[in-house]
Amino acid sequence: MNQWWIAIIAIIVAPIIGGFLAGIDRKITARLQGRYGPPIVQPFYDFFKLLGKSRIATSRMQFVWIYGYLVFMITCVVFLVLKLDLLLLIFLLGFAGISFVLGGFSSKSPYSHFGANRELMQILSYEPVLLLMALGVYAQNGSFMISEIVKPGAAPLLPSLWPIFIAVLLVLTIKLRKSPFDLSTSHHGHQELVKGIMTEFSGPYYALITLTEWYEIVLVLGLVALFWANPLWVGIIIALAAFVLELIIDNIAARMTVGWMVKFTWAVGLVLCVLNIAYLYLIKGGA
Amino acid sequence: MGIINTSRIKSPWIMHFDNSSCNGCDIEVLACLTPLYDVERFGIVNMGNPKHADVLVVTGPVNRRTARVLKNLYAQIPDPKMVIAVGTCACSGGVFHNCYNILGGVDKVIPVDVYVPGCAVKPEAIIDGVVLALQKLSKALGVAK
Repeated sequence: MNQWWIAIIAIIVAPIIGGFLAGIDRKITARLQGRYGPPIVQPFYDFFKLLGKSRIATSRMQFVWIYGYLVFMITCVVFLVLKLDLLLLIFLLGFAGISFVLGGFSSKSPYSHFGANRELMQILSYEPVLLLMALGVYAQNGSFMISEIVKPGAAPLLPSLWPIFIAVLLVLTIKLRKSPFDLSTSHHGHQELVKGIMTEFSGPYYALITLTEWYEIVLVLGLVALFWANPLWVGIIIALAAFVLELIIDNIAARMTVGWMVKFTWAVGLVLCVLNIAYLYLIKGGA
Repeated sequence: MGIINTSRIKSPWIMHFDNSSCNGCDIEVLACLTPLYDVERFGIVNMGNPKHADVLVVTGPVNRRTARVLKNLYAQIPDPKMVIAVGTCACSGGVFHNCYNILGGVDKVIPVDVYVPGCAVKPEAIIDGVVLALQKLSKALGVAK
């Protein structure tokens, strides 16, 4: 029964935290650009306004996929707070990403198709890194369970898995849709590819995507926080510091091409992960 | 429904469309987004996509080719929506009113909520126009302002 309450509280609280993080994102970005910026609660105004807009449909299937995206993402957050299997969480996250891509492909707009193609390339870039992160956790702890990472007395992962941590920061940039990886769609710079994969989603369905993104922010920052889960507040501070770092990178970096993103994340991220896991198994003898 | 109506006032996303303007007004519209005026303070964001927009900001007189595009864009914006005609040309056709290819102001093609005159319009006047449009919307929705 206790598990149910934790799950319900997480489902309610996660989007609120995510919305405030999005508001802080817009405020800090505005200050870095020399502007005053909108109020912190602005994402909530945007969300409720979008809920009240009329529904314009270009394809019936895209709504099914959007609900799939939302439900899979909520399931991922529930997996994280109930301390279940990390590997399964990463597979579910992959399902969520694919649902979003299929939503983009289900309308006939060329902009939407371009955005969906780029989203696929983004998934191609970050999925292997996340998968190897789970393997690294297994090499360190001998278990994929998140409960093994956060159990009292367990050693923090960061000292032995710091190369994987750097790779996960790359994933964070891609998942938060920040420059230089804001390829499939972007929170600003609205003129390129109209709005990418989001082009055909309007009104309440765009609001649902916004809601899913809030869950996503919390989920990905939660994965970052797992690297220092004992005590958890250190992990949360690390996650928030990583979030601010992403904002600064977003404002100082230009958007790169899709090919560069795949090459960069594979050449840097995958190599760091593989070296880290090889070190754990070959030098330290593994789990 | 109260929170949705309040949010509608607090978060107008604009889409800017250039009919056959001389670009004077367009530059002033974009000037509103710069650090000096920073309309994002009021939640105003410039969208490139009519499906995400709430307010259509139109500059320049309507000619026979852009009339079709303007109607199409207006139809693609989900309700509730508003139209602001920015600049003398968009209000009435301006100096181009009797050209052979010009239909006249924006209101010849789509319903206009707010007219912002000026050649070229000052950014302050455009912000005033958006505020006026929001007051009109809040009156229509019955939200105290």
